[in-house]
Amino acid sequence: MIPFARQLESLGYSGLRALEVGTLQVNLGWRCNQACKHCHLQAGPERLEQMALPTIREVLRVTETGAIPVLDLTGGAPELNPHFEYLVATLRRLGVHVRSRSNLTVLLEPGKEHLPEFFRKHRVELICSLPYYQQEMVDRVRGPGAFFKSLEALRRLNSLGYGQAGSDLELHLMYNPGGAFFPPGQKPLEDLFRRELAQRHEIHFHHLYTLLNMPIGRFQDYLRKSSNYESYMGKLLASFNPATLSGLMCRSLLSVAWDGRLFDCDFHQALDLPLLPGLPQTLEEFDLQALASRPIRLAEHCYGCTAGAGSSCGGSLAGAE
Amino acid sequence: MSHYYEEKDLERFQEMGKYRPDLFDNFMNYYQGVMAPGGALTVREKALIALAVAHTVQCPYCIDAYTRVSLENGSNLEEMTEAVHVAAAIRGGAALVHGVQMHNIAAKITM
Repeated sequence: MIPFARQLESLGYSGLRALEVGTLQVNLGWRCNQACKHCHLQAGPERLEQMALPTIREVLRVTETGAIPVLDLTGGAPELNPHFEYLVATLRRLGVHVRSRSNLTVLLEPGKEHLPEFFRKHRVELICSLPYYQQEMVDRVRGPGAFFKSLEALRRLNSLGYGQAGSDLELHLMYNPGGAFFPPGQKPLEDLFRRELAQRHEIHFHHLYTLLNMPIGRFQDYLRKSSNYESYMGKLLASFNPATLSGLMCRSLLSVAWDGRLFDCDFHQALDLPLLPGLPQTLEEFDLQALASRPIRLAEHCYGCTAGAGSSCGGSLAGAE
Repeated sequence: MSHYYEEKDLERFQEMGKYRPDLFDNFMNYYQGVMAPGGALTVREKALIALAVAHTVQCPYCIDAYTRVSLENGSNLEEMTEAVHVAAAIRGGAALVHGVQMHNIAAKITM
């Protein structure tokens, strides 16, 4: 396999750098009420990693200037962090746009049923995982019962105005493939999901984003056990698309781990690949100017973001089909 | 060669362009034109048709390729299985309808 850094070098992209920090993606912890088969962080109910209050206050300190317009909250299930609501409410008071990623089923957990109304009150943008519009695929990847719980959570959000046409309560879905294959074109799949979810379940959403499964964490375990690893990596390499480079999420996003350390993305965080030496490494050392034009650390799984139409936490990068 | 069909052989398809590359290029241009997006059928619909035909011609390379392509275009196993049933129904029906020829010939040569 050609190392990713050498691949970029051959195209004149040596020393890939960030262009800004438009989004601070904060991982509030690896605890989750689910243990999905594709999870790159191997999150689950048994994980103990959680962002503590002093670190949450550091997040607020670096965002209170208003220089970073979007806070993207992820996990695990970010809602399980005991300081989640304090963080969201404070960020919104500061005028920061809050985007929260939800596995949906957590909204039905005891003590969390009020969260849809909390989201509505604070105008939180939601990105909700739903890998398919049928039970079999969803339950196979996310655990028995996950599909119908997800539908119930979506119904509650829809009833509050989330995902409805013309509503500014943004509800987007996140698709990832249920196996060792690439995601479909984003627009045709969005059309398919919109039709099927409306017809079968009267559920509505704004946009659907597609995400390629990264060959790390539990998904890598699956690829190896099923003898798909070599062919998957080969396909990632063969599908390398230079048109994705300008929109790579690491060029406009900075990732914060539960312990306050800084990373180029959540995938680097999963593999404990911190920012390059010489850069601020923690929230305490935060220096927006230095981070906004930082050189980006490259690794082999970066092929996952540059394959085909490209992949990011905001969906595909280089066109739908 | 341990088997007539080797999984890796699909990746060697380009070798068929070594002799008479003009014919191979013509074929590939046609093939890519047929399967390209932007036609009257969606790429997803074309992939399901290809999957059904792959079973009819019983090509393991095509079955492998179009199972992946179908999944990568958002199809599910219910739809893909139904496509194979369509292929099987047409194949079965084609065999059965030829029974009329058998009846015709039998009628001609029997008293």
